[in-house]
Amino acid sequence: MKVNSTNSQTLARDAVPPITLPREKTLLDMLYYMKLTRELEFRIERKLYRQGKIVGGVYVGRGQEAIAVGSCIDLRHDDVVCPSHRDMGAFLIRGMPLRTILAQYMARKTGATRGKEGNMHMGDLSKNLVAFVSMLGDNVPVAAGVGLSMKMRGQDRVALCFFGDGATSRGDWHEGINIASVWKVPVVFICNNNQYAYSTPLERQMAVENVADRAEAYGLPGEIVDGNDILAVWESATRAIERARSGQGPTLIECKTFRMTGHSAHDDAGYVPPELFEYWEERDPIHRFEHFLTDRGLISPSGVDELQTRINHEIDDAIQLAEKDPFPEPEECLKDVYYEEAAGSICP
Amino acid sequence: MPLTTYVEAIRQGIWEEMEKDERVFVLGEDVGIYGGAFKVTAGMLERFGEWRIIDTPISESGIVGAAIGAALMGMRPIAEMQFADFISCAFDQITNFAAKCRYRWGAGVPIVVRGPSGGGVHGGPFHSQNPEMYYVHTPGLKVVCPATAYDAKGLIKAAIRDPDPVIYFEHKFLYRRIKEELPLDDFIVPIGKAAIRRTGSDMTVVTYGAMVHAALEAAKELEREGIDLEILDLRSLLPFDKQAVLDSVRKTNKVILLHEDTRIGGFAGELAAIISEEAFEYLDGPIRRITAPDTPVPYSPPLEEFFLPKASDVIRVARELYAY
Repeated sequence: MKVNSTNSQTLARDAVPPITLPREKTLLDMLYYMKLTRELEFRIERKLYRQGKIVGGVYVGRGQEAIAVGSCIDLRHDDVVCPSHRDMGAFLIRGMPLRTILAQYMARKTGATRGKEGNMHMGDLSKNLVAFVSMLGDNVPVAAGVGLSMKMRGQDRVALCFFGDGATSRGDWHEGINIASVWKVPVVFICNNNQYAYSTPLERQMAVENVADRAEAYGLPGEIVDGNDILAVWESATRAIERARSGQGPTLIECKTFRMTGHSAHDDAGYVPPELFEYWEERDPIHRFEHFLTDRGLISPSGVDELQTRINHEIDDAIQLAEKDPFPEPEECLKDVYYEEAAGSICP
Repeated sequence: MPLTTYVEAIRQGIWEEMEKDERVFVLGEDVGIYGGAFKVTAGMLERFGEWRIIDTPISESGIVGAAIGAALMGMRPIAEMQFADFISCAFDQITNFAAKCRYRWGAGVPIVVRGPSGGGVHGGPFHSQNPEMYYVHTPGLKVVCPATAYDAKGLIKAAIRDPDPVIYFEHKFLYRRIKEELPLDDFIVPIGKAAIRRTGSDMTVVTYGAMVHAALEAAKELEREGIDLEILDLRSLLPFDKQAVLDSVRKTNKVILLHEDTRIGGFAGELAAIISEEAFEYLDGPIRRITAPDTPVPYSPPLEEFFLPKASDVIRVARELYAY
């Protein structure tokens, strides 16, 4: 069994928080968004999907919540996020409403794509969220282009681009990282290294030890952080975002984590040694952060319970609304292939 | 008035749009310092600077991906493929990302992907292809294939202004072989509108790209024999001007479908189906196709000569169809 070396430090890391901590409000927001992500995905994967209310695929990021939340929490509204399929926290922080997300999964007209698409394939330019495609890694050159536009116009915005370890074996990933580095665009590339591409473990994906090792070949900094420690993610992302914003170019951050589920809801992950799940369960990012906050009196144990209750209610309400939402009219199949003046589709 | 070549017309069109709209920029291999392998962007680096005429690494997928990202941010990128053959490397970004954004989440991707296609210059299998049908088969894209300098300029300007992704195939055989006087004022050629290049009564030749010129050459010869061709230049393949095709076929009652692309899955097959469905009762003869054979584009002159459809093929088929 291979357990990555950086993770042996993770428990110790709890006792040594970053020198600069996020504001108290941000710390509590982090907890909220991580817990909201987990509960929302729990309902999607374990309830709605199993009840047959979600007809298509379901991919969740259980165990990986710290990565999207820790890196997106301090972004400005005009910054851009290009998430992938285990980054629900990014959608929530950018303001995608729960009802819209649930309606998306349940294929309703009120979903983020009006029924055209399922699950995490959501985008909204008004929230500066770029929808990804299933060809993983395609969003890397796209993010480079987002950053290029910012650089050409002299804007001090940044883009965050997410992907998994699996995507880093695709050619698009390499082309995109390379041009981003050549152009020195303000993009932070964030890898959810959850150690499996569907059923294929890391050692069958790449001959280097770390995804971050790939950065050197393209002349950009590559950092490794404990992806289950939200403060470590926040600290590294904050530094990379400042670096990008000040015109010093892109950074690749590899967040070591673990996928605490199968690839998708139909996959029982029987190929993952149970010891790995046990090892990573002890390093659960939400439990660790709850301890961090309660130890320092930033929230009480009952406060954590109240937060959970509030989240449960928010999701209950959103599910109720989304379930009553209509399906799209069949003829809407034909709409929005091209720009239609009267249809009010977006034309940048 | 000076005469403008096809290649210069494209250059003028891009240049004018860049002067008018600072969101427009070009990225591609060797487009900057070198001015493009065919000099389509010659002089632009000096005028617009290195952040609007961007030399890129050899990364077609990266180029198109970056164009998509910039377009989502409100820019109007023009991605050059050094040869249209290399567009295959960007197939995924074009067909999965660019083509489907609006349908999926309402975000337009106003990019132009352009490059030189076509044979006749001994480019061999990787510098002569006509890859248009891969993209014609992708809803969400537009595909144009200009045949004249006027259309080359008018269509590149229309493509740049279009809110959706446009694939612009310029025929490299025509770059410096055809020229014409162009109007001084700002004009566009609307995407999706065909043009009648020659009015005739005996049969219609529906074609596009360099084959328009093969058809015109054939028509001159056939005129002496008393066979009067109507030549319809589609100009755009997606969307294409169905009405113009049906109107012409209903008038002449016979039709030849001509393209330089290979036969199976070529645009002629689609046209034949539509004519059969919607103008069957007007036909006085079989629908005839003239296309390249189903092979890669070969290099050696006798092989390439054999591969490419030409005026003599049109003459032969037109005689047969006239006699039918």
